[in-house]
Amino acid sequence: MDLLYKIFIDPFIQMGAAPDLLVQTLWEGLVAGVLYSLIALGFVLIFKASGVFNFAQGIMVVFAALTLVGLHEHGVPAYVALALTIAVMFVLAFAVERVMLRPLVNQPDIILFMATFGLTYFLIGFGELIFGGEIKVMISDQLGLPKGAFDIKFAGGFVSLQKIDIAAAVIASLMVAALAIFFQKTRIGRALRAVADSHRAALSVGISLEQIWVIVWFAAGLVALTTGIMWGARSGVSFALSIIALKALPVLILGGFTSIPGAIVGGLIIGIGEKIGEFYWGPLVGSGVESWLAYVIALIFLLFRPQGLFGEKLIERI
Amino acid sequence: MRAPTSGPEVAAGDVLLAVENVSLSFGGVKAISDVSLDIRRGEIRAIIGPNGAGKTSMLNVINGFYTPQRGRITFKGQTRSKMRPHDAAEGGIARTFQNVALFRGMTALDNIMTGRTLKMHRGFVWQLLRYGPAMAEEVEHRQKVEEIIDFLKIQDIRRIPVGRLAYGLQKRVELGRALAMEPDLLLLDEPMAGMNLEEKEDMSRYILDVNDHFGTTIALIEHDMGVVMDLSDRVVVLDHGIKIADGTPAEVKNDRAVIDAYLGVAH
Repeated sequence: MDLLYKIFIDPFIQMGAAPDLLVQTLWEGLVAGVLYSLIALGFVLIFKASGVFNFAQGIMVVFAALTLVGLHEHGVPAYVALALTIAVMFVLAFAVERVMLRPLVNQPDIILFMATFGLTYFLIGFGELIFGGEIKVMISDQLGLPKGAFDIKFAGGFVSLQKIDIAAAVIASLMVAALAIFFQKTRIGRALRAVADSHRAALSVGISLEQIWVIVWFAAGLVALTTGIMWGARSGVSFALSIIALKALPVLILGGFTSIPGAIVGGLIIGIGEKIGEFYWGPLVGSGVESWLAYVIALIFLLFRPQGLFGEKLIERI
Repeated sequence: MRAPTSGPEVAAGDVLLAVENVSLSFGGVKAISDVSLDIRRGEIRAIIGPNGAGKTSMLNVINGFYTPQRGRITFKGQTRSKMRPHDAAEGGIARTFQNVALFRGMTALDNIMTGRTLKMHRGFVWQLLRYGPAMAEEVEHRQKVEEIIDFLKIQDIRRIPVGRLAYGLQKRVELGRALAMEPDLLLLDEPMAGMNLEEKEDMSRYILDVNDHFGTTIALIEHDMGVVMDLSDRVVVLDHGIKIADGTPAEVKNDRAVIDAYLGVAH
């Protein structure tokens, strides 16, 4: 009885007793969720257009952030470094299409998946070779990102909102909105969705697969750069960041691999879920819940809705 | 619908596309051996033959999905050893597929709009902004697409994702997508497969109308002999990857080799 009370009643009493803490926890969950969403978005973009699960998405986040910081360390002004990094991500997209995707076209998906492993290790090695392996500090001041926090009086206590987190949320929302419009309303967006649905039909109307692949990998690269800046600003730029990308897996299971709204909602659910879980239920098991709760949520979800929240349900006639 | 193309069809009757001595094999399997055929501007050309005769392979060679090991393809006076899908589309070759290849998640309208891909040129940034020239371009092409939708009488389904449409309608949307490319040469791979009699009659009428009104040259693969005889100006017959007859429907119908291929021959 005592245990049941601790699991099902006590946490909610705590929430009611200190609403400011609850709001603070929700906010932190939201911010983490936004960043998870961004990482998941990178995966979804590439998966939609080419059916490839890009294992290298996590390392692309690190690589982008590392390039940005590394260039700045070599004396390049912050904004120029940003522009150069964007250019580097474009070159990367172009090279991936040329060297990796084109020779492997029409190969089974698992082959392409393995190729993205190769890309991962290449980027780790290449990044270390050029910029070194030590942890670097994100150049958030030079990029004009805000720092400090708003302290808001709330229900007899304080809620503290980091300005950088607000910026992250705003930038992520803008990025998602831009991508959504782009996908739904433009010729290239239509072509992207077309390629996702049927390669040969897309070819027959003159859509160039090569061009589309470069575009999606570049878009995923931009998303990676944004994610890299935001995560980097909170916890420094190191190769350990790529581990965070694995958090995108439960997000994708939750949201569906092919759905942009799914990536966003999934990210928010995982982000908020794990912070709330850690804060209110963590003490019951000696904390550390944050590191595995996401996977448990995803696992439970798989039992009931294998295609994800917004994924397409496959119905096949036999 | 647009008025019949006015003025002299300068090149009508000239060879639009010629395939010469094409051979195609997959590993050890010969799909096409040394086949030559031509398609003249303005005609409806049928490619027929029993299962496995190499008909679809031939269409795939023409629009660049397959690269033949030997032979040449001449399209609009340009000779090349292989066609690439993009070049084919750019040059004005559109096609439909044997088992419908539509973009299932997209609406009928969006599917047909993809047919305009090569005709739209405004850059990436304009499109993202949906402003100015890009918007005007979108509207202009939307108009063309609406004309095609009217022509095919599919107004009421334009907002429905095609995956949910009946098979016959999907085939019609696919035809619409090909027409949106305003092709010079339209390749139809079994446009009437799996249709009932009424749908077949509708489809035949659309094919004839496209040929009449837009002056589009059509090459089609079809199993229904009645349809082939009614629609086509000239017929080429393939069997086991070899050309066994070529001529008007009447000539082909009475050809000994053709009858043997279809009915089997006593050994």
